[in-house]
Parts: sequence; structure tokens; C-alpha cells
Amino acid sequence: MPKINNLEELKKLREKSITETAARKEGKFRVIIGLGTCGIAAGGRKIMEAAMEEISKRGLKDVSVETTGCIGMCQNEPLMDIVRPGEPRVTYGNLKPEDVPRIIADHLVNGNVVEEKVIGRPE
Amino acid sequence: MATFRSHVLVCGGTGCTSGGSDKVLETLREGIKANGLDKEITVVQTGCHGMCEAGPIVIVYPEGTFYTHVKPQDAKEIVTEHLLKGRVVERLLYKEAMHSEAVPHYNELPFYSKQVRLTLRNCGYIDPDSLEEYIARDGYQALAKVLTEKTPEQVVEDMKTSGLRGRGGGGFSTGMKWMFCAKSPGPKKYVICNADEGDPGAFMDRSLLEGDPHAIIEGMAIGAYAMGADEGYIYCRAEYPLAIKRLLKSIGDAEEAGLLGENILGTGFNFTLHVKEGAGAFVCGEETALMNSIEGKRGMPRPRPPFPAIKGLWEKPSNINNVETWANVAQIMFHGPEWYANYGYEKSRGTKVFALTGKVNNTGLVEVPMGTTIREVVFDIGGGIIGGKKFKAVQIGGPSGGCLTEEHLDLPISYESLTAAGAIMGSGGLVVVDEETCMVDMARFFLEFTQRESCGKCIPCREGTKKMLDILIRITEGKGREEDIDNLIYLGTQIKTASLCGLGQTAPNPVLTTLRYFRHEYEAHIREKRCPAGACKALITITIDPAKCVGCTKCTKACPVKAISGTVKQPHLIDQDLCIKCGACVEVCPFKAIDKK
Repeated sequence: MPKINNLEELKKLREKSITETAARKEGKFRVIIGLGTCGIAAGGRKIMEAAMEEISKRGLKDVSVETTGCIGMCQNEPLMDIVRPGEPRVTYGNLKPEDVPRIIADHLVNGNVVEEKVIGRPE
Repeated sequence: MATFRSHVLVCGGTGCTSGGSDKVLETLREGIKANGLDKEITVVQTGCHGMCEAGPIVIVYPEGTFYTHVKPQDAKEIVTEHLLKGRVVERLLYKEAMHSEAVPHYNELPFYSKQVRLTLRNCGYIDPDSLEEYIARDGYQALAKVLTEKTPEQVVEDMKTSGLRGRGGGGFSTGMKWMFCAKSPGPKKYVICNADEGDPGAFMDRSLLEGDPHAIIEGMAIGAYAMGADEGYIYCRAEYPLAIKRLLKSIGDAEEAGLLGENILGTGFNFTLHVKEGAGAFVCGEETALMNSIEGKRGMPRPRPPFPAIKGLWEKPSNINNVETWANVAQIMFHGPEWYANYGYEKSRGTKVFALTGKVNNTGLVEVPMGTTIREVVFDIGGGIIGGKKFKAVQIGGPSGGCLTEEHLDLPISYESLTAAGAIMGSGGLVVVDEETCMVDMARFFLEFTQRESCGKCIPCREGTKKMLDILIRITEGKGREEDIDNLIYLGTQIKTASLCGLGQTAPNPVLTTLRYFRHEYEAHIREKRCPAGACKALITITIDPAKCVGCTKCTKACPVKAISGTVKQPHLIDQDLCIKCGACVEVCPFKAIDKK
């Protein structure tokens, strides 16, 4: 570990370390990917990778990427849910990896639901 | 470190490690790699979570799913089900003892929801070997703040305002103690951490050292600045190898990062820290004996005064605090003394960590604000008595402490309230005792411990505890005499007043308090030659009721000394000359035909 010479350097190291351990609490923003057998078979893992890549590319903070099992809408897999604080959970379906950056940018970041990909609002 | 979507935390405390958590960790890592998840999920070894009874413990973040009793084969299932497919492994979730409902999330567990974890905030949450993770939790921010914004005098004042008192048991104001040392003249001073935790059943210091070593290092650096010391010692018993290993690693990392050593953070403040391994003598937990031991002398107490603040280690002004006390310092400085003083009850501010053991469902490490009642600790957090048996007493404060009974269950815990009831806060051992424990026998157990650990320097402790122990052994063997109780009280009071150090001054406490609250048990032993709890082997006989015995032969098989004879479907008989009164037959009899009296 490099030497911490002054307060400024300690502050920087703290911020970096906070980002790296952020996954240890549920983020205010949540991205939930369906990864039951159906989700895996339909390519859910690619969706998750695309989501993680987009989040790190944009340097988004306070977002947790979670997984969930089969919710019974296997025909619509891969599924991805977006939860913004204080807003209802929105489920997107029939996704391809290239859909993910748009949903992250429009919905997760800016709060505009990408209607044409929505398949449900459970609550 | 890189950014991962999920962190899997595996407890690496001593309890979980002995339960095989290192194998679990290995299996998780292998499974994650085999499934190609190693770029998105990381596995971290943490310190103790406190819920040792449920170990090995695995927590999956960000959800905070809490898995208990995890074995390596379960770890495989966690990988393939939870990590790969997002399905929680229901059967591994924590189940409350009272209900069989599974509790999925860490923060929803009744064991944790009643606690206020300030001192233990990082234990089980960070990798203790990682300085970065400590820094992510505001680590070394308090040191930086103190070095750049506060004078040493202000730090001492803040400590006084916080109301923190010695967590090793003495309960003396930490701020005052620091002030004495700060005002003591001399160019060379020392700060010392007492990590010689030796009470039977106490493990809060070990868990702190293993789970959050940097918190102690930071606290000591702040103390050194406040008192004008430039060198410190952590005196840790050699029986804590994992704690020592993590301490040495953390000290090395802090030195490399410039958080220990010369010119810390460019402020001109110097502080070096050493670890001294103790050889496991209980008396070395006494501050003057501890300093003798660091100096390489035999671990025996010195008379006080002069107090360590005037003439301590190598005759230099020194300040010695316990692990838990040091662990609180950085947080007090970071959040401010008023924040800390907000918690607590009357003159006891803040929180206290207790090691909850004995006949209670959730044994483990518990942190509660001062003022919490014993009932809340034993029943709400501890989950009640094992097997639904009847609560009898708690032994609080270890071998120096005393027992409290049912009538004290609603007593708010504070230094004063415990002392008034005849016990002491002590370091925080809390042993729960049920109806099947004999109080005379328990007093004998604790006195046997202190007697064995007496260093022998002063006569009251060396000879007095031996005489008391002789009497107790006699009573438990059914040879008690009428005058024994008076003699115990007389000896106990004399030893308390005349002994040189804290060991002798508190050794009679378990005997005196059990006499105060359970005198009738002593009298039953002495006058009726009877042990009401059915625990003292010399005073019980085990017999089979021929009317209830159906001759199933289960007891014959369970008996380790072949003392039970009889033919199948005929009542059996115990040979009293052979019986060792282990009670194994009582446990296995399906018809409750065997009596222990």
C-alpha cells in the first residue's frame, strides 16, 4: 500500500474504498435480473453483464445489482427489474443486451420508463 | 480490489473457524470460479458476527441474506442456487428458537435488532486484514481530525465529556485517567492496551482484536497524542494466536501507510506500537502485573500508589486501558463526545459488549446500551433458556463478579446498579444459569479458577482463597459443617479488604453473592446433605422406579460403567457402588422412570 502523506490522500483513499465496498448494503437504486433456470437459458447472464458494464462505465453510485429466481414469466425472460427510491418496481422483459444501456440511462438515471419494453409493474 | 456486484462474507472468527468456516470459504471461492462468477462476486473473510451459536455464518450482500450452520456441501448449494440462480437457500436461513419461522435478512434477526452495535460495528462487516475496508468505514478519519484540529488538552476534555468509563471492569472515567497521565511530567510516556482477557466465558476483546484490529490501533494513536506518548504496547495473551496475527498484520499495514511511525499524516506526530505476548497468567490482566510482565519480570502486581500515570512501564508515566475502551475512542472523536454520551443510563454512558454464554439459546457476543435490562439481554436477545428450563441466575463479571437472580431481571445494567446488587460490570462475561445448576458448585468453580491463578505475592489471596476453596469442596462433597457459612463470609470479607490487587479483592465475590441470594442451597448441602439442583455428585443417588420401568434396556446401553442390570421387559436396577452419577440413563429413559435426587 502506498504511503498516505496528508489528509487529502486519506480522503481520496476513503472515497475509493467506499465505492469498492458499496455492494455490502442494498443500494437506493436496484437492478434485479431474473436468473432462474429460465432466465439463464434465455441469456440472463449476458443481460447482467451488460448492466454491470453500463453501471461501471457511467460510474453510478448507490446501485446494487441483484439476482432473483423464476417469477413465473418464463416466456418473457430475460427479465430485468428497475427500482428507484420511492417509485414502483418496473419489470422489463424479452431483453437483449443492447437494450440494457438505454434502460439504465433513461429509467435508472433519468427516471423515464422505457415503455415499449415494460411487461409488468408488480406493485 | 475491484467493484463486484455481490460480496459474500464468511465469518473468520475463532468460533466459526473451529466450526470449519475456512473450508466453507474455500468451497465458495472454488464454486464461484467454476461457475465463471469470479469477476462479479467476491468472497471476504470477516471477524466475528457475535452469533457464534449459529456458526459458521455466511452473509450474501447486497441482499444481506443470513445463512447459518453452513457446511462445505452447503456452500456448494449457495453457489449454484443463490449466486448463480438468485434463489435463496431456505433451509440454511436462521430459525428463531421460539418459532420455526425462517428469518432471511441479517438486520431483521431478533438477536441483532435489539442490539446497538457501536463498538462492534465493523466486526463481521469488514475484512479485518484490509486497511482499505477499515478506511471505507471512516477509519483513521478520527485520528486525522484530532491531529489537525484539536490540541491534546481538547482531546482529554472530549473524553471526559463522552462519559466513557473503563470497560475492563474498573469503570473509572477514561477521560480522568488520561488527564492524570497527560499532566504527569516527563518526556517519555507509554500507552498500553490490556488484551489479557482471561475470564472463563469472556471473549469480547478477542472478537474485537480479530474483527476490527485497526479500531484499537487508531484509538491508541489518539490516546498517545492526547497524553504525549510516542510508544505503545498491546499486551495480548498468547492463547489468542489469530488476534495476534491480525494485530501484527494491521500494525505492519498502518506503518506502511504512514498511519503509524514518524510524522503521521505529515503532522509531525510520532507513534510506534508493539505487541507483547503474554503467557496466559490471569493475574497479568491486573495493570501493574501486566507492566511487570512487559518489562520481562515475573507477572506480579506492585502496590499502588505510585499509580501507573506517575510511575508505570519502566517507571515512566503510562496509561493502560482495556481493548473495548480503546475500541470506542476513534468513534467518540469522529462523531463527537455528545453523540456517545447520548447512549446510556445515568452515570454509565455508551454501550457495553457482553459475552453471553451458559444455558441460553443464542450464545454469542452482544452489544447493548447501558440501561438495558438483564431480561432483555437473556430473553429477547439471548432467546431464553435452552430446553425451556427455568431461569435461575446470571453470573455477571466472571470470577470477579457475582450472581444476580430472578428478582434482578428488570435491573437496568449500569456500573452502579450491578455493584449495588453485589455483582460487578467486570469485563462483560455473562453466564446464564438454569435450575439444574448448583450455586455452591458454581461458586466452587470460579473460586477454583481464581485460587489457581493467584500469584502468591500477598497472604490474604494466596492462603485465604485456598481455605475458602477447601470449605466449598467439603460442602459439595456432603461433609459441610455448621460453621462453614460463617467462616466463608468472614474469610471472604477479609480477603476483599486485605488483598494487594484486584484479583484477590474480587475473588470472594462469587461465593459472597451466592451466599447472599442462595444461602438455602448452602444450608441444604450442609444440614440435609442434599443438593437441590441435583448437580453435586456426592449428594445425589440415581434410582429406577420399578413401577415405571418397562425393561426397554435403553439405560443399560447408555451407562458407561455397566452399573445397570436387568432382563428385557423386567424392571432394571442400578448398582450404587458402580454408578458414577453421570445422568446418562436419566437422559435416555423414554418413560421418565429414572430419578436423580
